[in-house]
Amino acid sequence: MRGRPNLYTSYEAETQLFPTTTKKVLLGVGLLVLVLMPFDLWVVDQIPVVRFLGDSIWLRLVNKMLIFIIGALGLHLLSGLAGQLSLGHSFFGGVGACTAVLVGGKASTNLWGWGMPMWVWLPAAGVVAALIGVAIAPTAVRVRGLYLGIVTLGLVFIGLHLSRVFPEIAGPGDLGRKWPRLELRFWKEEDPFLDFSRDGHWFWFDVSKHQKTYFFLLLLVILMAWWAVNLGRTRTGRALAAIRDRDIAAEIMGVPEFRYKTTAFALSSFYAGISGALFASFVGQVPPEQWSLRASVTFLAALLIGGMGRVSGVFMGSFFVVMSHRFVEEIVDWAKHQAEGEGLFSSVFDFFISRGSGDGGLISVAQTALGYPLPASALDEIIYGALIVIFLLFEPLGMYGIWIKVRNYWKGWPFSY
Amino acid sequence: MSLLPVVLAANAVDTFVQTFFRGAALGSLYALLALSFVLVFKASQTVNFAEGAMALAGTWFLSMVFVDWDIPGRWLGGPTWIHWCLAVVLAAGMTAVIGLVVERVAIRPLIGQPHFSMAMVTLGIEVVITIVAVDAVHLTPRVLAVPWGADTFKIGGAFVAWSYLAAMVMAGAAFLGTWRFFKTRAGVAMRATAFDQEAALAQGINVGRVFAIAWGLGAALAALSGIFASMAPWGPAGVVSRDGAFFVFRALPAVVLGGLDSVVGALVGGLIIGFAEVFAGQYLADHASLLGYGYQQVVPYVVMLIGLLIRPYGIFGTKEVRRV
Repeated sequence: MRGRPNLYTSYEAETQLFPTTTKKVLLGVGLLVLVLMPFDLWVVDQIPVVRFLGDSIWLRLVNKMLIFIIGALGLHLLSGLAGQLSLGHSFFGGVGACTAVLVGGKASTNLWGWGMPMWVWLPAAGVVAALIGVAIAPTAVRVRGLYLGIVTLGLVFIGLHLSRVFPEIAGPGDLGRKWPRLELRFWKEEDPFLDFSRDGHWFWFDVSKHQKTYFFLLLLVILMAWWAVNLGRTRTGRALAAIRDRDIAAEIMGVPEFRYKTTAFALSSFYAGISGALFASFVGQVPPEQWSLRASVTFLAALLIGGMGRVSGVFMGSFFVVMSHRFVEEIVDWAKHQAEGEGLFSSVFDFFISRGSGDGGLISVAQTALGYPLPASALDEIIYGALIVIFLLFEPLGMYGIWIKVRNYWKGWPFSY
Repeated sequence: MSLLPVVLAANAVDTFVQTFFRGAALGSLYALLALSFVLVFKASQTVNFAEGAMALAGTWFLSMVFVDWDIPGRWLGGPTWIHWCLAVVLAAGMTAVIGLVVERVAIRPLIGQPHFSMAMVTLGIEVVITIVAVDAVHLTPRVLAVPWGADTFKIGGAFVAWSYLAAMVMAGAAFLGTWRFFKTRAGVAMRATAFDQEAALAQGINVGRVFAIAWGLGAALAALSGIFASMAPWGPAGVVSRDGAFFVFRALPAVVLGGLDSVVGALVGGLIIGFAEVFAGQYLADHASLLGYGYQQVVPYVVMLIGLLIRPYGIFGTKEVRRV
């Protein structure tokens, strides 16, 4: 229907992923930008934020964000779609990581590992995490609401303990062990035919390891996001949404609650497992403390800040949660230069920035020790905690809600009241 | 949290007595925290995940008030332990103010929203308070100057720390106080609010004030349990530390086991969890190589999972009546 984008004449038309030409074109342009982003091209340098995201320092962070998105998509399926509060998401990430290192890691005197290639350990990480999700479901389905939140919180602590019981898998002490690298091999000891963790050539381009990892993760994220979006449009997705909206009503209408909640747990754990395995092998060496309550809260925060129940919200929230600390650091650094300079507002910046002891600023750039002038890292944590509160208080739909408001303003312009 | 300096008792009976007191004391601490969770849950139907941060704030306040400012001591004479007790009350009061502010600013606007949002808000507050406490104020090497320190006394051949008795007395007093409180006018109002918010409003009960009382009391109780949990035989041995905040997450199983909305459940759940943790730590120690070092710290969660399989709303929790 040309010119009437809100008129749907069939269910198929309404559930289309990209109903309008504008959306299709935007998707194409967006994908093109994402593919070109890591390269040093003139076109890329003209786009505001994308301009510097392609630099190798930032690209590493972008890769972390892509891995984070996979995990957040999993929590989206469980909490956003099926409405089950889970504080144990990082536990499943840890399960995935440990499976990956057991299947793909190298064995030594006190470490276990079977040395399998990535096409074995990556799916295995997801599947094992999903199986554990299914195993936990009978307990988790019986309890609801905040009780479920606390039960899943218990999983995190049990998981941390298990990692200490099996140092052969998780690595000794607090250090962790070497994870298998991101590389594709046919079988155990062969040379990899695709190595994402070393610089090299692709066709006639020189590509760094971060660029390689970026393309691999981008492909994976697109596939998994596509799957997650489509899941919301299937019978399973509708059943999960019905359970979220009113579980007992869904049951009366003939939605088997137990089966679909178990499905939700399995799917969400699958995503978490993949994400955890990728994260551990991307970083290389991960202590078990990584899979703590804090990580779970970060996943939930991404969902809440982005907007609960929306895949686009997952993307926005993950971008915010992963990138914010770098942005805060950059801003503090910029403010420091402003304060040192002779600009118009240098005294204003000087008020906030503390460069030595006793000049009374709020944010410290000189010292790294704990104490009153906050280091930038602590400032970032505070902002992040405060934003969870602020978004929930003022914009429960998160960034997605802000976007909807902005869009509706311009849609109705000049009659936007 | 590190456990007791292991004082070996002479024989099996003494070991048992010693373990019993340890379990009862730890259980009292859990019960104290569980009580504060229950108070908050009864009023606002949410779990206050910021309780750990409030406990931390309470210990920090005590250290400031008593050690740095020497507050009751600079005006009063008499024995130090009275000053300390007054300082504890003052610190609990200061923490209650935090609880009131949190309630007014972040919780009350969310009335009517899903309980999930409130719980997430408290998680956000937890992050903020913990970071402020750890990074913005000089927190780490702060002593609490507990009057009885790590002293012990003997019952037969068993060593019992004074802190154990103090914790038990504190928990007992808190429970008697809560029991009395629910007989007063404000307490009845809180029970009515817990039963049905709208009906309570229709009866002319000031639900906002009920919220404020619950959060204030909850924060004060969190501060008390934080202070007692930082005493010598437990944890960081009389020093303010971030571990105080983690202690709270180990008390959550006690609340859930007893039932989120039951005061009796808080006491029973706390004691069950405390005894289970300490007795498992004492009598399964021979199997530590199989169970892993520090296995007693996950005992609460395992007990909780088993308990929830049998009773999904806790032992004394009210089963939610679900309507379409």
